[in-house]
Amino acid sequence: MDVAHNIAPKAGDAVLLVGTTKGAFLLSANAARRRWEVSGPHFPGHIVYALAYDGRAGRRRIWLSSFNWAYGTTLRASDDFGQTWTNPESHPIKFPEDTGQALKQIWQIAVGRAEEPEKMYCGVEPAALFESNDAGQSWSLVRGLFDHPHRPHWNPGNGGLCLHTVLPDPSNPKRIHIAISAAGVYRTDDGGKSWKVRNKGIRADFQPVKYPEFGQCVHKVVRHPSRPDRLFLQNHGGLYRSDDGGDSWKDIGKGVPSDFGFPIVMHPHDPDTAYVVPLEQEMRCGPEGKLRVYRTRNAGRSWEPLTRGLPQKNAYETVLRDGMANDTLDPAGIYFGTRSGKLFGSANDGNSWRLILEGLPPITCVKACVKAPVKAAVVSGTSSPRRTSARKPSRKTKPRQPARRKRARA
Amino acid sequence: MALVFHIPSPLRVFAEGKAEVILEVPAATMGEALAALWTRHPGLRDRIVTEQGEVRQYVNIFVGDGNIRDLAGLATPVLDGCEIMIVPSVAGGKN
Repeated sequence: MDVAHNIAPKAGDAVLLVGTTKGAFLLSANAARRRWEVSGPHFPGHIVYALAYDGRAGRRRIWLSSFNWAYGTTLRASDDFGQTWTNPESHPIKFPEDTGQALKQIWQIAVGRAEEPEKMYCGVEPAALFESNDAGQSWSLVRGLFDHPHRPHWNPGNGGLCLHTVLPDPSNPKRIHIAISAAGVYRTDDGGKSWKVRNKGIRADFQPVKYPEFGQCVHKVVRHPSRPDRLFLQNHGGLYRSDDGGDSWKDIGKGVPSDFGFPIVMHPHDPDTAYVVPLEQEMRCGPEGKLRVYRTRNAGRSWEPLTRGLPQKNAYETVLRDGMANDTLDPAGIYFGTRSGKLFGSANDGNSWRLILEGLPPITCVKACVKAPVKAAVVSGTSSPRRTSARKPSRKTKPRQPARRKRARA
Repeated sequence: MALVFHIPSPLRVFAEGKAEVILEVPAATMGEALAALWTRHPGLRDRIVTEQGEVRQYVNIFVGDGNIRDLAGLATPVLDGCEIMIVPSVAGGKN
């Protein structure tokens, strides 16, 4: 793989943030999404589990968690698409001394609602939620969740006891959903002071009680911005939909070759459309050695395999829980990265796919966004004092197949 | 008393680029010596110890030839002129 230099996306361009076990890569393309510019690796040798883009209040900021096996996990930001990064003296996310806990990983970086442009969240391991009210300059532990009486009884999955999903409700500033492996879904309706478990109807095959109050190994949850009470959930065995903000969950796993998997994403403009990558549970690769994305366009009543452009032979690929994302263009871009270091993308709602990049380290995280147009707005949350230059050599990738002109959705 | 700290290269950005930091401070134990190091170079602290003050799992601190894990940990005595070496341990092969 050729190494890349800085990307310089224009307003309206698609941007991909790709985390791997050995650093991060940033990609950008115009709305056609045929040719991608790539930069990286950023922080070579560091494990990057979490990335996020904050385009609120005039910002063009990328957030990144980098884990160094010796020196721990820190949180960095870039306001110039990776040319420079903050390198804070003090790790921004730290457990208070009285908790007796020490940060292992940052699993999720989430920006808050558009109406609260200073609000941010981080989900971490050991399972806990941190919040920032100053656009990431300072962080504090959300005590309401940390002090939850269930917490001493939460058990780690194979990835560790991680809080991996944070979903602020765009219609309700007091409501946030989070998900923990292996505890399940919790929701606050009072801005984080108290949290209620929301696992009704979610199976836990690995427990003597199949529908416990908590202890489910929820792998990922997504929410549709236009219909905030609709959630889709990929479980450790089981696919679910909620239409009541998580108060109840309906099994929608019929029609996929396996209801085991890690990621799930939604179509940005259609709350009935979602995408999963079913995996065979023991091997944790696509069944029959086929790499298939499954799409529902009727909220889970039926699923269709999407295979055009994806390898259908000897493709023993795994996609991790944060390894899939959608952009917000129309038609939508859907992207996923594999543990074998391949990055695939579709620029037509998933109808056809192209190999964007291969030869990367194992991919842990893919996030997609569209660079916001410039607005006259005050940028707050200035970065920490130390910045490191991270200029890289560059290349442009060539498309593996010609882009399809046909619109994705009928 | 004088203490000589040897800083691993990835952390020198937090020690004004120095490979060797010499401090003239009173310190009886390794914990006190490190506290003096954090005072001079605060960016080193979070990378060498956790927020609970424990030396990170894959960071080794030697006094002379002795790893403080095999001695008395942060209570290991330090003497005037002693050399304190901070090094990442050999850990790899997983990723």
